[in-house]
Amino acid sequence: MILLWLILIPLIAGGVAWAAARWSASATRWIALVAVVADFALTLSLWFRNFHAGFSGWFEQADWAWIPQFGIRLHLALDGLSLLLLMLTFFLGIVSVLASWNEITEAVGFFHLNLLWILAGIAGVFLAVNLFLFYFAWELMLVPMYFLISIWGHENRVYAAVKFFLFTQLSGLLMLIAILALFFLHYRATGIYTFEYAALLNTVMPASTEMWIMLGFFVAFAVKLPVVVLHTWLPDAHTEAPTAGSVILAGLLLKTGAYGMLRFVVPLFPHAARAFAPIAMALGVAGILYGAILAFGQNDLKRLVAYTSVSHLGFVLLGIFAWNDLALQGAVMTMICHGISTGGLFILAGALQDRIHTREMDCMGGLWSTAPRLSGAALFFALASLGLPGLGDFVGEFLVLLGTYRQSILLAALATVGVLFATFYALRLVQRAFQGPNTHNWRIADLVPREGLVVALMIGTLLWLGLYPRPVLQTFQPVMARLEQLASRR
Amino acid sequence: MHGNDFIALLPLLIVAGTSIVVMLAVAVHRRHARSASLTFIGLAAAFASLWIAAPVVPLQVTPLLILDRYALFYIGLILAASMACVLLSYGYFEKCEGDHDELYILLLVATLGSSVLVASSHFVSLFLGLELLSVALYGMISYRHSLPLPVEAGIKYLVLAAASAAFLLFGMALVYGALGTMQFGEIAVRLTRAGFDRWLVLPGMALIVTGFGFKLAVAPFHLWTPDVYQGAPVPVTAFIATVSKGAMFAVLLRYFYRSGAHNLAPVFLVFSIIAIASMFAGNILALLQNNVKRILAYSSIAHLGYLLVAFQAGSDLGPTAVTFYLVAYFVTTLGAFGVIAVLSDGSKDADDMEDYRGLFWRRPALAAVFTAMLLSLAGIPVTAGFIGKFYILAAGASSAMWALIVIMVITSAIGLFYYLRIVVVMYGHSAESSAPSSGLAPAGGVVLALLTAFLLWFGVFPGPLLSAISTALAGLV
Repeated sequence: MILLWLILIPLIAGGVAWAAARWSASATRWIALVAVVADFALTLSLWFRNFHAGFSGWFEQADWAWIPQFGIRLHLALDGLSLLLLMLTFFLGIVSVLASWNEITEAVGFFHLNLLWILAGIAGVFLAVNLFLFYFAWELMLVPMYFLISIWGHENRVYAAVKFFLFTQLSGLLMLIAILALFFLHYRATGIYTFEYAALLNTVMPASTEMWIMLGFFVAFAVKLPVVVLHTWLPDAHTEAPTAGSVILAGLLLKTGAYGMLRFVVPLFPHAARAFAPIAMALGVAGILYGAILAFGQNDLKRLVAYTSVSHLGFVLLGIFAWNDLALQGAVMTMICHGISTGGLFILAGALQDRIHTREMDCMGGLWSTAPRLSGAALFFALASLGLPGLGDFVGEFLVLLGTYRQSILLAALATVGVLFATFYALRLVQRAFQGPNTHNWRIADLVPREGLVVALMIGTLLWLGLYPRPVLQTFQPVMARLEQLASRR
Repeated sequence: MHGNDFIALLPLLIVAGTSIVVMLAVAVHRRHARSASLTFIGLAAAFASLWIAAPVVPLQVTPLLILDRYALFYIGLILAASMACVLLSYGYFEKCEGDHDELYILLLVATLGSSVLVASSHFVSLFLGLELLSVALYGMISYRHSLPLPVEAGIKYLVLAAASAAFLLFGMALVYGALGTMQFGEIAVRLTRAGFDRWLVLPGMALIVTGFGFKLAVAPFHLWTPDVYQGAPVPVTAFIATVSKGAMFAVLLRYFYRSGAHNLAPVFLVFSIIAIASMFAGNILALLQNNVKRILAYSSIAHLGYLLVAFQAGSDLGPTAVTFYLVAYFVTTLGAFGVIAVLSDGSKDADDMEDYRGLFWRRPALAAVFTAMLLSLAGIPVTAGFIGKFYILAAGASSAMWALIVIMVITSAIGLFYYLRIVVVMYGHSAESSAPSSGLAPAGGVVLALLTAFLLWFGVFPGPLLSAISTALAGLV
């Protein structure tokens, strides 16, 4: 039941927040904040409660019949991986609400409705263990995200929003066909109508069919992740979205793609995934290098950060398809840390845009002298992003590289070049925006306490993850063991 | 005929009786409100009488009509849609000049024709129902005869409907000539025997398909649709889009499943081509429109294409998918045209894209309803359209029609683009901040609220509707 509440709280609070906006905008903001904090507290309590039990198996479940004609159940279940991603979801939820506190002044109620419903959809994606429910939640998070970009975004918002929607919707429908194909294969073999993850895991199918169905899933997740070639929606969407939208896009929506790969693609189609792994890993490395090179060439601050996402998520893809202990742990660490460090960069970019009304780095420079706290924080997140040891991202990428090395020395070497490139773009960002002479004579306010709090929370988390990642890895450990067992079955 | 026959026919008799009552009432004294409410009450009584008729079905009433659960289900759907159209018409025509009472008589006759269609088991009743429907529609389309567009639309519809009826009749004649029967069930029996003239049956079937194709407005028989949709008064457009097409599809389903003709390879091929052509034509041509009614016209062509995909699926999922999708499509289409009707004033229909600019900031509730309807047409979760589309894909996948469902997915992604275009316009900012217009008429408001509720209900808890549909379809397959 607690799992259903995780989804219901933001859904209901969204409605209430919308209604409350008639009377007072700040009431709306507080309602949204309370809802995400409550959800975060729930996930934390789940984490502490199960810490000593060791997070084995599905340690929380909720299961109701929904559309019995088709064996569709409202089946939610929680394991270590879902829990970690849920904590990230609601942590970034808090961050997003706080970040839009002053930025959003128009249609505040509808904004928070969309914000909370996206979070509910994402929570549904991470919790669903019925494939129909998963698809339902998967599609559900798109609509509010579309509104978030198209109403509160920047100059070119409509173009970006429509592009985002079309890419994800088309790829999602391909996944739906794949889900249905799997469903009917299972039905023919057993005579049972079911969309249950656990049941479909054991579907027997010929190799070529398995490859086709796997590709259906892969495409949907690859668009979200994003894998190079299918990534073109991402820079536009990230750049045009309001700050909260960018944080959620980079921090969470991309992770749903990675989550899908981990949870569905490899365990459901182990043989096809093994056959496809070299291509996927090569795509991952291509993403790492391509994202890094393009990030280096950007002048728009948010666009730069968007391309770094392409690069970082390349590591995740590489780690997932290298599929060994180290690589998987690395992939999950990267997912979490990238969410926080990139979220941080987007928040600072948003704060800057609020103050100087531009994202062009040509128009910045020397901001350190006038806003030292903001600039220092930006330096911190940039260092995290380039993989400085001691911060979370380093742990993730290092583990991925180690794991990949076992599979392919060439790919590991190429990916390492990507880490090198990260140094260039991260330092270039800091140099051009914050250091040097203040040629434009900017006089801007430094971070206000609200922003400072958000940034401090994120910095603290990244430090913790970098210095003592054991609790996270421990939470993921049993899931990883099971995933590996699933993937290695004959 | 004996007692039970009349009980089974009760819904049809009540609708027919109501049309006479309204006609007499109009002859005594014209009053828009009274005509509308009499019509509504008659339709509601007919709807209620479905439960009286239910215990005596299935029943073959004369060789012409079969009243079974399938027929009752579709009659119920038609009556419900007609009631919504009556309420929308009242709000819409109240703002127009002139006398409006005869519209309700025509609407009742058209409803009767549609009900006869879905209950027909014989070529004669099929044609009878079709003509009742079409002839009433000519009058309804050009009801506002002082304006040029409705008259143009009416004449277009008249010419094409007459032509399609001729095709249909000729096709029926050929099939009859070859098989010697006009009963759907009997056709099935004789098709399985050898010894009929294949070269009479196949052209006959082709002509029948053509006739159906015109009425359903599937490509390449769709050319009349945008003009008629645009020209007809909004509630009438809603009626054509839902009741007329829905009844045709229901009888198509019954005719082909009863007669087993959809298993003939050439027929299957022809339907595949029509489905693909409709999905592409509808979705691509809609991209080029700036008129909301025309966009919805092209979108309806595409949706009929989707329905044909499910129609072909054949297995027991096919008819279920068709029926669910039709219900979802009824709710959605009525809702979408309902919003247009509510926004229209007496002088001009609100069908220009610019009429919707910034609607969300002026009338958030209406914009939210319209958004929900458009998202349902696009097949986004939580709406009925999503479950409908899911069902069609499932039906297609169960029959391994991969090519058709992949095309459906691709074209519906194209379709997303024009739905989003309207949504974008609604949430954009209007150039001039027009004053918030007058409040919603209660009738229109109630209809829209109910439709939205159904939309969400069927989208989130489709279970009850699905079991109702599976009992309704039990006799068909």
